[in-house]
Formats: sequence, structure tokens, C-alpha cells
Amino acid sequence: MSSTTPPYTRPLELRHGHVDLGHGAGGRAMNQLIAELFVRAFDNPALARGDDGAVLPAPAAGERLVMATDGHVVSPLFFPGGDIGSLAVHGTVNDLAVMGARPLWLAAGFILEEGFPLAELARIVASMAAAARAAGVQIVTGDTKVVEQGKGDGVFITTTGVGALPAGRDPGGARARPGDAVLVSGTLGDHGMAILAQRESLAFESQIVSDSAAVNGLVEALYAAVPADAIRVLRDPTRGGLASTVNEIAAQSGVGIELDEAAIPVAPQVLAACELLGLDPLNIANEGKLVVVCAARFAEAALAALRAHPRGAAAARIGQVIDDPRRFVQLRTVLGGRRMVDWLAAEQLPRIC
Amino acid sequence: MKYVTEFRDGALAAGLAGAIARAVEPGRDYAFMEFCGGHTHAISRHGVADLLPASVRLIHGPGCPVCVLPVGRVDMAIRLALARPEVILCTYADCLRVPASDGLSLLKAKARGADVRMVYSAADALALALARREPAREVVFFAIGFETTTPPTALVIRQAAAENLRNFSVICNHVLTPPAIDALLSPPADGTPRPRLDGILGPAHVSVVIGSAPYDFVATRHRTPVVITGFEPLDVLQAVRMLVRQVNQGRAEVENEYTRAVTPAGNRKAQALMAEVLEVRARFAWRGLGELPASALRIRPAFAAWDAEAKFGLEDRPVPDHKSCECAAILCGAKGPTDCRLFGTVCTPATPMGACMVSSEGACAAHYNYGRFRDRALVL
Repeated sequence: MSSTTPPYTRPLELRHGHVDLGHGAGGRAMNQLIAELFVRAFDNPALARGDDGAVLPAPAAGERLVMATDGHVVSPLFFPGGDIGSLAVHGTVNDLAVMGARPLWLAAGFILEEGFPLAELARIVASMAAAARAAGVQIVTGDTKVVEQGKGDGVFITTTGVGALPAGRDPGGARARPGDAVLVSGTLGDHGMAILAQRESLAFESQIVSDSAAVNGLVEALYAAVPADAIRVLRDPTRGGLASTVNEIAAQSGVGIELDEAAIPVAPQVLAACELLGLDPLNIANEGKLVVVCAARFAEAALAALRAHPRGAAAARIGQVIDDPRRFVQLRTVLGGRRMVDWLAAEQLPRIC
Repeated sequence: MKYVTEFRDGALAAGLAGAIARAVEPGRDYAFMEFCGGHTHAISRHGVADLLPASVRLIHGPGCPVCVLPVGRVDMAIRLALARPEVILCTYADCLRVPASDGLSLLKAKARGADVRMVYSAADALALALARREPAREVVFFAIGFETTTPPTALVIRQAAAENLRNFSVICNHVLTPPAIDALLSPPADGTPRPRLDGILGPAHVSVVIGSAPYDFVATRHRTPVVITGFEPLDVLQAVRMLVRQVNQGRAEVENEYTRAVTPAGNRKAQALMAEVLEVRARFAWRGLGELPASALRIRPAFAAWDAEAKFGLEDRPVPDHKSCECAAILCGAKGPTDCRLFGTVCTPATPMGACMVSSEGACAAHYNYGRFRDRALVL
């Protein structure tokens, strides 16, 4: 009697096992890693087919597709408020969301270092799955490579996403006009300071928690509250912080921007840590915040919509777009003076995302 | 936030600004130098100058450790780190981007394979040596700063000696504040013009260590008022008000606005520690001020085993500044950042040519980052 039972394979040693070169070699070990870890955690029909790519439905009539990609090399891999897995989902989801799109699907590429504990990989994958569920996206295809020990740093994850852009939505960095209002969805600098506090030997009395989160919910709340055309620019102020984001907008739109320091929300523990280290919270990275430039007439409605969302309680109107051919960003200080807010000149802190 | 927001209060600032405006005498100009880069940064970052009447001018001084560090010293560290693969060269973040000879900096040397690392404190550097108690790796701490960062350097050298830790040493570049102020107020040897100074905003953190007494010569010998002041913007405004009052009354005294931290005698324990481990160099070349006698510190012979200059036979070869770079004149207040042809063109914080553009406390970086929107000429 011929048997159809596949030969016995020992289940993946998720508790004590380690990544080895076989997990990226294309053979049985790699298939097992994909089946027992990734497919199980990400759990969706497109991935479960086990083919080389994902087959996806076409967008609705009138919708366009938006595509974005983001590589993640954060160190440490686990930090208060998140880990490289949730960050890899949020990074790409947010890139799609600030284009005005509804994020739908992600592809994930993993570069694993030989010797990396499978238990930690499982934790990262579970965190990715949870973040994807919360953001309403599916991880539908992926890739796994393994590099020799010393050639990586545990895990690097690249995610690529596709979203659908509803008709009428067209936010863009070049659309800010003098008179427009500048809003931010919450406190600034939380992610960068959380990473910094985790690193080296820096310990603060109160823990700083990363704001790593998907902003697509905030974006949908905005579009539900104000006319699509009133939303000129959406950005997530990641590396370089708010300072780089508003400078990008000023440069792309050919305008100046004037911020009001007293209105910019910063958590007290982040401000304290910044003071101690001589850093400016405006330069520190965020991973779950939204910068909105919108027509002044709709600024209060937009602000109310952000504040009504659970992730936007601390949202604030922080400034306005002004006419300035030099494209400078200025800040009215709490003290009553003025200064410029410039691009971040050099890397303040490598590998924060 | 306690101890920060209180000293940045807009209403109090407006009150002080009003008091200064009422105090200045018509037809009189007041030129005050803030010696410290910490003050330069605070003034620029909070827009303090906007609150002052036009007749009160703040001139940026040379109190930025990175800015006054001669290129030759950085070259020395780079040569060591590149020549000896066993060396782990660690230093403060500001030092990493200082432009050195041959288009190099410590950061660029790192990209070429040197093991250069950023540390937050001298103690971090020592911890690195303790953690790798393998004689194969040599941890060298490139120490810079005025009297504020000197005691921690002295402490790690003493700790290394106590533990007989042989894989740790220090390149000591520590400099002294009073000789630099003396040089600024004295006629220069080379005839370069010095600005007229009606008063000095004295150092905050440096004075916590050395006290207020070491500035007495500024008042007595140079007849110039000094007000020691904290690094918060309200401190600066209050100190300006005190200086205006001294000038109006024809007084020249050392006054202390920063009484919450500074005493006449300073921190005697820190002073004793510095004296135990370090001694005054006969002379030291400052960027901008030239060679100044008795203006810097070196490691005492008793601790020579932890003196990287002695241990590795390092040679300090002086290097002239870039021909068009005005750092020297800017550092002593004779010129402003926009008087330099390189400012904002080839010299920016991303690609600094001179030291004043490297540190956020440097006069050029402060003006570029915070103040250039005021310039009439378009510097994009």
C-alpha cells in the first residue's frame, strides 16, 4: 500500500531554536519557516496559496493605486511601545496613508542573521501580524534571506505596500498656500527619544514610550470631516522630525511656514530628556503622528476630527503657511522672540527605524 | 517642566525686556559679549535678541570648546585612530564632524575603517575600557572642553590609575576660561582688531566649577563689568539688565546672576581633583586667539601611563586655517558670521569648513540654524 503521508518533519523549534543558513536556502527548512511562522501568523488566503506572488483584486472604479516601500534597521529591535515588526508595518502603512490612500496590502522582506533566536523572530512576526490587523492591512507576500553571522544585525525588514486612493483625494507636498493652517496630531519626539533612552547607558526616571502606530485611521477621520480639497498636505514626521517635514513642505510648495512654539505639543518627559541631551524635540523622529496642512477655513473642523480620534487627543494647530520666496520656516518662541527652524543638518541618531 | 519652563516664561521675559528698554540711556551703545557657546545657543534658539533694544548688541564669544580646538589636535587623533587598528577612539558627538586636514574628520576616518565612537561622558569611555579588559584593544578618550568637562576627565584618569587599567588613555585638550577672557580684553600681539566690549556675560557651568572669584581681574585690571549668568533665556535677560546698570553707573564689578548654582569659591572638590591629575601647559594654540600662555591643561607626569600623547608619542603639528575662513576673527568677536565669504555658501552645518559652523554652540552654526532669515542677502 502506497502512503500519501508526507515524511515526518520535526516542528520548528520556536522556543530554543536559532536561525541557520538553511532557513534562507530555498529548501525544506525555509518552507517550514514560512509555513509554520509567517503563513500562520499573517493568516490570509493570498499568502496561504504558497505561490511566488499574491493575486489581488483590482481597485474600485475611479480609484488609483498608491505604492510605497520602507526598510527597517532599528536598533534595539525591541523598545518601549513597539519593535521592528510593528514599526515595519506602521512605516509603510503611514507612507500610504499620508498619500491619502487606504492601505490594503503589504509585502514583507526579511533579512535574518544566522544565529538569531527563533523565539525573538516569532515575537516580531506576531507583533507584525497584530499591527497589520489593527491597521486593516494584509501581509500577502514575502521573502526570507539569511546572512552569515556578523553580516547582519539580527533582523532587517523591508515592507512594500499598496493602497487605494479614492477619487478626489490629492494631498501633496507642493500644495501648501499662504494662509493655510498647520496642524499636528499629537506630541512630538516620542519615538526617537524612546529609542535613544533604550540605547547605550541612558536611563531616565520615567519611561518614554514610542508613539509607533498606524495613522490611516486619523487620515480617514480627517477626510470624513472636511472637504477632500481642503486637505493640502499630509505627512508623517519620521526621521528629522517636524523640522524636516515642514521644511520639505516649504521647499516643495515654494512658501514659508511660521510655527508657534507655545502651541507645539511635547510630552514633559521628552522635553526633559531633550534638555538633558541638548536635542531639539522638533528634530526628533515620530512614528505615529500626522502633520496636516489644510485650508484655514476648515482648520478647526480638521482639528476637532483629529482630537475626536483616540490617537489624536493632543492634536494642535501649530502654525500657518506664509508667503516667503526664500522658503524659510520660522518659529515664534515662547519667550517672545523669533528664530528659524532648519533642516536637520547631520544624522542626530542613526538606526531609529 | 520644573526648572526649565519657569526660566522661559514669556510674560516675565516681556517684563525684563521692558526694564532693559527703560534702563538704556539715549545715545549710548552697549556691546556685551556672551563668552560661552551655551549662551550663544540659548540666545539664538529662544530669540533673545528680539527682546533687546537696538542699542544693546550681543557679540558671540569664543567659549565653544569645539570651535577653539586647533585642527592639529584633531589631526593627531585621526592619525592615531587610522594608524593603529587596536585603538578605539571615543569622544563627544560635537568633535566627530570637526573638519581636519586632507578633507578628513573623525567621522570620515571612521568610514575609512578607524574605530571611532561617540560617547556621552568620560565615564562611558572608561566603561568601554573596563568592559574590554583585553590588552589587544586600546581605548583612547579624546577629551575636550572648558572647566565644566574637565573634572570628569580627571576623575576617569584617577580611576584608571587606581585600577591600573592599562588599555585606557586620554588625549587631553582641556582649556581654561580666564586666560581666554584676558586675551580678548588685551591688545592682541598680531594687531588683529578686537571689538570694544562694555561688559561680559560670564560662563554658567564653568563658574559652577571655578566660582566667581577667578573673574575679579576682568573688573579690576580691565575695568570691564562681568555678570555670571545661567543658560536659560530669562537668566540672560536679567544679566543684560545688570550689565546695563553697571555701565550706566560707571561700575566695573563681578556680579553673579546665577546664584542658584555659582558661589565665589566654586566646587572645591572638583578643583582639587583637577589639580591632582592635571597641570597647566606652558602654552596652547587656540583657534582664533592664537597661542596663549598658561591657557590649557595636560596630564601630570605621575599619570603619564594614561596620557595618550606620551603613551603613543603623538605629535601636535600646527595647521593653518582655510585662507578664506573667518573663524579666527569671528571667535574673538571682531567679525560676524555674515562677514565671512564662505558663510552659507560652501560652509554650512552639513559641510562645515570652519569650526564655528560645526558645533551647535558655534557663532556661525547658531546664525545659520536660527538667525539667517533676518539677513537681507538671500542665503538659501
